Amino acid sequence: MSDVTTDTSNIKAEASSTATTPKNDDVILEIANISVSFDGFKALNDLSMKFMRNELRCIIGPNGAGKTTMMDCITGKTRPDEGTCTFNNTVDLSLLTEAEIALVGIGRKFQKPTIFESHTVFENLELAMKTDKTVFFSLFAVVDDVMRDRISDTLKKVNLGEHADQLAGRLSHGQKQWLEIGMLLMQDPQLLLLDEPVAGMTDDETERTGELFNSLKGKHSLVVVEHDMDFVAQLKSMVTVLDQGAMLCEGEMAAVQADPRVIEVYLGR
Amino acid sequence: MSNARTPFVVRFFSATGRTGWIALVLFALLTIVAVPVCHLMFQEGDALFISTFYVTLIGKIMCYAIVAVAMDLIWGYAGVLSLAQGLFFALGGYAFGMYLMRSIGLDGVYQSHLPDFMVFLDWKEYPWFWAFTDSFVYAIFLAIAAPGLLAFIFGFFVFRSRVKGVYFAIISQAMLYAFLLLFFMNNTGFGGNNGFTDFKRILGYDITSPEMRATLFALSSATLMFALIFGRYVVTSKYGRILTAIRDAEMRVMFLGYNPLWYKLFIWTVAAIICGIAGALYVPQVGIINPSEMATANSIEIAIWAAIGGRGTLVGPAIGAFVVNLSKSWFTVAFPEYWLYFLGLLFVLVTLLLPQGLVGLYQQLRARSTR
Repeated sequence: MSDVTTDTSNIKAEASSTATTPKNDDVILEIANISVSFDGFKALNDLSMKFMRNELRCIIGPNGAGKTTMMDCITGKTRPDEGTCTFNNTVDLSLLTEAEIALVGIGRKFQKPTIFESHTVFENLELAMKTDKTVFFSLFAVVDDVMRDRISDTLKKVNLGEHADQLAGRLSHGQKQWLEIGMLLMQDPQLLLLDEPVAGMTDDETERTGELFNSLKGKHSLVVVEHDMDFVAQLKSMVTVLDQGAMLCEGEMAAVQADPRVIEVYLGR
Repeated sequence: MSNARTPFVVRFFSATGRTGWIALVLFALLTIVAVPVCHLMFQEGDALFISTFYVTLIGKIMCYAIVAVAMDLIWGYAGVLSLAQGLFFALGGYAFGMYLMRSIGLDGVYQSHLPDFMVFLDWKEYPWFWAFTDSFVYAIFLAIAAPGLLAFIFGFFVFRSRVKGVYFAIISQAMLYAFLLLFFMNNTGFGGNNGFTDFKRILGYDITSPEMRATLFALSSATLMFALIFGRYVVTSKYGRILTAIRDAEMRVMFLGYNPLWYKLFIWTVAAIICGIAGALYVPQVGIINPSEMATANSIEIAIWAAIGGRGTLVGPAIGAFVVNLSKSWFTVAFPEYWLYFLGLLFVLVTLLLPQGLVGLYQQLRARSTR
């Protein structure tokens, strides 16, 4: 068990040393020529992309364009057949496990809200908190006042202040989405990957989520995969369009919406 | 409510709530004071006399209850259905049994310093793995280390390969069966089919004396209570919350930066060690250990105790072990042919009607009466 302790602490040290001088023109994540195929189907085809520090980027594209597969490659769930993902210019993500990738500072929200249904909302956030994640530490860990304050701050941010002691399984779908976003914030990641964060939310909830994301701009890098065009427009960010596992075009929302190729494969349908 | 300044010892023992402590104190008065006193101070025919039969029976069931608590830690809380707990139990039993065999000394049938089965095989000296087993302390160590080490090695590879659910259950049962076959062979050096028996003494004291029986009985009870207190601390700690989180959404846990391998491996190894200790307490009380303890049916029965008592409650599986084994000892006398049918029926009924087991039923009834 001691092996893993030293392993992860090395990674943390590495991550924090590169994070000491954050500049907004730094590349936080570089995807270089990744390809993934499943039984002959090319989910990603020589895809290259760059994400900047503290940037909010939206990714759109038709079903099967490879948006989720791209996130899987970054977070270690899927290993690309070719190509590399490099975090903070130094960390080759293909060498790390899912847990180690989370520890270097990449948080991920799944398409289907994935939370701990038999724990309370408070406990969900407690478990997500950035801290020592070894067995030994967890066996003796105690929630102190500083942590309590951090958790209640996050609860407010994601509009769950009233629900701290409720079982997470009892939340509405939209609230579960928020809880998962809250868990990501507790991790305090440098890069957040959000897969369809507003799916199943009411218009009101969607708008509040947009406000939350806008408030995170400049503090974290966010990559948002979304189908809801109004929501993407609300974020006023750079938009990347994927199609058939490759990048189709990139630009401001208005420019992308006017691009005839985009209309052809996606918006026009 | 505990905070960061509360000493660990206080946090450890206060994880068990008030009701829990009241129950434990009552149980302790009954099993550590009342039963030994009744067994030792009264004679056959006295109204308060508790016979050797009952002391041995309840002592044995308390060992089973310890195993059930371990089963709940690994199955109820971590969601890992293990069908190999009987193996760890037997390994602990064999480890302590080695000491018991060597304590027979020259009192065996062949009056050799070797156990009878080795004389029978025409062996001249102890095999290497019997080294130091004449030491009581080493035997206790071995009863902990052997199941712990095996569980750690097996668990490391299986959990690392992310084997889960029914596949894990099957692999664990395969391991159990492999060891069953191994221990059945005479050449393995553990007495083959017959195992170890005819024990004479522990630390020089007669193993069949009422004092020894009462001592083993009280020790089993103390171990059971400690297992419950320890288990309660573990499952209410942050570690325990992560464990149930792994059970419910392993992917999420991984993407939060926890490595499920070490989390599962810890509780899996601890559960095996608890089973080993239970086995070491069991063998001197029943006076025999043989490969039948590794039968697949035995390990499945452990899962049934947990399910009947109520998974994820710790005390439930212990109660389940008592209920099933007490009815077993009654049934096998009254209707020996029908025990397995009854056990099957009980399991089906509990699964269908009481998914939370007996403890869940009690909680439901209480919630209804307070409403």
